[in-house]
Amino acid sequence: MSIHDFLAPPSVSCQRAGPNDRIVMSSRVRLARNLKKLPFPAWAKKPDRLRVLEAIQPAVESLPQLAPHFAVAMDDLAALDKQVLVERHLISREHAAKGAGSGLVVNQEESLCVMINEEDHLRMQAIRPGLQIKACWQSIDAVDSALESKLDFAFTPELGYLTACPTNLGTGIRVSAMLHLPGLVLAEEITRIINAANKLNFAVRGLYGEGTEALGNVFQVSNQMTLGESEAQIIERIGKALSQIIEEEENSRALLLEKKPNTVFNHIGRAYGILANAHTISSKETMNLLSLMRLGVDLGMFPSVDRSLTDELFLLTQPAHLQRQHTEKLGAEERDTLRSDMLRERLRTVPRPQPPK
Amino acid sequence: MLCNVCKQNEAKVHLTQIVGDKMQKVDLCEDCSKEKGVVDPTSYSLAELFLNPAAATAAASTAEPEAPAPGSDVRCPTCGYSQADFKKAGRFGCSDCYTTFGEGLETMLKTMHKGTRHTGKVPAVFQQSRVEAQKLKLLQKKLEKAVAEENYEEAAQLRDEIKRLKA
Repeated sequence: MSIHDFLAPPSVSCQRAGPNDRIVMSSRVRLARNLKKLPFPAWAKKPDRLRVLEAIQPAVESLPQLAPHFAVAMDDLAALDKQVLVERHLISREHAAKGAGSGLVVNQEESLCVMINEEDHLRMQAIRPGLQIKACWQSIDAVDSALESKLDFAFTPELGYLTACPTNLGTGIRVSAMLHLPGLVLAEEITRIINAANKLNFAVRGLYGEGTEALGNVFQVSNQMTLGESEAQIIERIGKALSQIIEEEENSRALLLEKKPNTVFNHIGRAYGILANAHTISSKETMNLLSLMRLGVDLGMFPSVDRSLTDELFLLTQPAHLQRQHTEKLGAEERDTLRSDMLRERLRTVPRPQPPK
Repeated sequence: MLCNVCKQNEAKVHLTQIVGDKMQKVDLCEDCSKEKGVVDPTSYSLAELFLNPAAATAAASTAEPEAPAPGSDVRCPTCGYSQADFKKAGRFGCSDCYTTFGEGLETMLKTMHKGTRHTGKVPAVFQQSRVEAQKLKLLQKKLEKAVAEENYEEAAQLRDEIKRLKA
């Protein structure tokens, strides 16, 4: 069975709902762990990496929390499959670049995903739709506790969990939320928000994490400090910051509708017009326009459309997902044409947006 | 990302150096990195390259050429990692490197984190030993008190209990 037969298709996975999901697309808590004495992945030679993989993978696979799961060695995945996993936010771009000695275990719900030999021996993540960072922590905490009796984690009482990069030292925790913030972008308030988050020592990144663009008005907010604060304190602190950003986004949307309704309707109407009628379109333009259409859905301008449609199209129009629907190898131009064909087809039955009543 | 020096070419050489509690980063294109003589990352100071060349040259002319940091040729006995490797990669070689290169670690951690002591989750094994250590301390205190009070019967009992706990 391939990983694509195992995972739910985007039409199903995008139906998963959670609290505040009109702004928070997903929440994630990641823990970094390493085995004692063995060199970290970047420094380890292939035999050592294989040893680590052989020790960790069965331990992870034995956990009932992950059932039913899919496990695969990274050298057994085609480049396209890895890219699909990146687009689905299951693995990092760094992990997608790995080959022999690295592995992946993911459950069917896509709520737990474990990367073996990424930057650390073990990077386990809990992912949930909407704002659910506490639930993510509880679920990954349980996985970690179950694993610590099977694996010898590198830990000292003073420094906590020892990680390849000292920036992850201590708790090894990275709490993050993926936020859709078109209101703050349109109101030109986003820079202020990013600066405020940075002042609180939170990182704000683009769609695919470190060093990526905020395509489609999607931003990832995460903690940067991992030592000197407990997991609960970190979650509490970032939870407060996230609630505040959500409130700011809602305020921005309300204010835009009150002060500049015509500008907002113009953006959304044009976005729909291009998406539903284009004959060639890049993935970048698609994401930015789908973001505006998603905003339109949130504002009640597309009464017959569910938000899951824009989320599904967001995923399906990305390069690897698009390539997967076609057997022949596509060039960038062909992709742009096929992308527009799919969008026209999917939006054929969607009536054009109306100002909300 | 563009080169910090010529601001024209794509940066291909990325350097991070941590001196005391300051982290410096510089991104250079291939030409500028050659021009600045960046070949061996142990042999230069970022301050010399960095965006304030006047100050850097002044500093260089007053100060003796920097001797290699004490113990810079130390290698981690477990994984063979060196200080130079860390300077280059910003990551350690294995968990034992935290002991090998423990000197100066605290200053670096201060710049990165809220504190320098772990206050979060502790694996169950450590939790148990922590509880046992506390119990042992308490018993020893009781024993001292019993001896001081010449309460030898209780002292003998406590001594046996401590022995059992230590075993």
